Amino acid sequence: MTVLVDSDTRVVVQGITGHQGTVHAVQMKAFGTHVVAGVTPGKGGTEVEGVPVFNSVREAVDRTHANASCIFVPAPGAKDALLEAVDAGIRLAVIVTEHIPFHDMLTMYHYARSQGTRIIGPNCPGIAAPGKSKVGIIPNIVFRPGRVGVISRSGTLTYEIVNGIKEHGLGQSTCIGLGGDPVVGTSFVDALPMFEKDPETDLLVLVGEIGGTAEEDAAEYIAHHFSKPVVAYIAGRSAPPGKRMGHAGAIITRGKGTAATKAAALEAAGANVARFPYEIPDMVAEKLAVTGHR
Amino acid sequence: MVKLAEWRGKEVFGKYGVPLPRGHVARSAEEAESLVRSGTVPLPCVIKAQVLAGGRGKGGAVRFADTPEEARESARAILGLDFKGEKVREVLLEEKLSISRELYLSLTLDRALRLPILILSSQGGVEIEAVDDSQIERISIHPFAGLTGYEERRAAEVLGLSGTLAKALAQLLRSLWRAFVDEDAELLEVNPLAVVGDGLVALDAKVIIEDDAAFRHPEYAEIRDDRTPLEEIAREKDIAFVQLDGNIGVIANGAGLTMATLDVLQELGGRPGIFLDLGGTDDPKKVTEAFLLMSQATPKVVFLNIFGGVTRCDTVARGLVEAMRQVPESQRFPIVARIRGNNEAEGTEILRSAGITSVPSLKDSAQAAVDRSREAP
Repeated sequence: MTVLVDSDTRVVVQGITGHQGTVHAVQMKAFGTHVVAGVTPGKGGTEVEGVPVFNSVREAVDRTHANASCIFVPAPGAKDALLEAVDAGIRLAVIVTEHIPFHDMLTMYHYARSQGTRIIGPNCPGIAAPGKSKVGIIPNIVFRPGRVGVISRSGTLTYEIVNGIKEHGLGQSTCIGLGGDPVVGTSFVDALPMFEKDPETDLLVLVGEIGGTAEEDAAEYIAHHFSKPVVAYIAGRSAPPGKRMGHAGAIITRGKGTAATKAAALEAAGANVARFPYEIPDMVAEKLAVTGHR
Repeated sequence: MVKLAEWRGKEVFGKYGVPLPRGHVARSAEEAESLVRSGTVPLPCVIKAQVLAGGRGKGGAVRFADTPEEARESARAILGLDFKGEKVREVLLEEKLSISRELYLSLTLDRALRLPILILSSQGGVEIEAVDDSQIERISIHPFAGLTGYEERRAAEVLGLSGTLAKALAQLLRSLWRAFVDEDAELLEVNPLAVVGDGLVALDAKVIIEDDAAFRHPEYAEIRDDRTPLEEIAREKDIAFVQLDGNIGVIANGAGLTMATLDVLQELGGRPGIFLDLGGTDDPKKVTEAFLLMSQATPKVVFLNIFGGVTRCDTVARGLVEAMRQVPESQRFPIVARIRGNNEAEGTEILRSAGITSVPSLKDSAQAAVDRSREAP
């Protein structure tokens, strides 16, 4: 296993009969993911693009040995969907659904944690290891197998950056889009140890955003426990204070969590911080050359 | 987020049994007077502007009255105010209480801990940002356990309350905790929480309700926060739209990419003014609507920066071409486009046939947008 997913990952898609669920089940299959089941209560016994649909996650797991879930269930039902996956023994759940109330997410996070299930997301693009497996919605075209790990709080910006790495002739080991909501299942600090341990990752690209203190916490971890080179980028340097920029995570409050404080903390921890997304591939290539990889 | 005016926040508090001063909201000076005359609001009373900005006391937006006439004239004066850019449309009249101490109390989310957190200080009545960190206590609450007895005792100790007052605090904390969970609040703040005799009273109420919980709280649907009219239209169409001072309109997809685009434009000397985040869409109609919305904001130039994942470049291109067909000649604006990712070739071709060149490099396309924004009209 690389980081969280590999060729043994068997995915159940919760909400597979919805538009997004169907589209991305097909895309995951095209990536090489074993999409073994779909779940939509009341639609058991049908099929979506060759994937058998079950009424419950328990049934899907019993019949197909699914071990990971990709959740597209709309926000009002997302909490229930996640709790069902956890109780059915799923130990990795990627929640793509956006606009989940954070009070629901608090319950989801703490319950999953108590049962040993890792959540990626919500409101996230998910996880992909090129050549192995993808659970989520990151477009297949941006990937190429390689040795650069990527963790990000953004969605589209992640695609942009991962694509830039590919166009530079480099490739990725594992890419995780953590989501930018106020409560996430997996934060930078949770993901960093997995990349530190991963023998297939030589360098990590960290893509942060204004708001919260996740990047500052990551810097603290990197300074003391992370031995691989890090290239970072923080979006939102020009964001006006107090204005909402699209989702709940991206709010500047009380002078904390600004692009400047985050960049400074990461630089102090030894990371190279790019000023613009298009600087990242060159910085990655340079660092890999210096450290003797590539 | 839905920020509630003080009187609405107090309505929420009241529903959960938080002790409040006797009071009522008024929308005219005459209404204020009659509230006092009828005894709904006892004298002497305080009259407070119902605005979301802080610093009302210093800013002349809080007055006192000893007679119904004074209440009327104070209300009239406050209702005419333009407080920090916000027009005062409502005043809250409340009985004036004899306060012995002012405390601070709030409930919100600690994102790093992923737990609700109770913030307490014996230094109430001032902005909490100004209070020294050593005077602030933070107690995290586990959602499964809820507020526990020992946490209530700790809170009383921190605030220096004992006996009847400690019991009153425990009661009040339980009420607030229930309100926090049941109302899907992002923030409940009581500042000051006043000691009045042997009881506690919430003198102010700051309540923020989470937008994402709107599906189970239709009661907050009509309350708007500080959006401009165009921002409000965008919200109805599920397009994130922010309007500021600047002349470059930006249409991008995803909050992170939108922010990165602004960073680049600003660094190159441009002034991005309107940001519109399409989010993930595969509906050309939404793209058309976004452009039509943008045209109402009269930008000098629009920079379209799309990375197609869920969104397909050809969808965006089709939506754009359709919008250009619908925008009247007089409201047209130059467009600099960069569409990358899913179905890029097809999207680029659609734009080309409509006379728009997609520039693949973010740096070059952003520079082109900045250059256009500087051209004489």
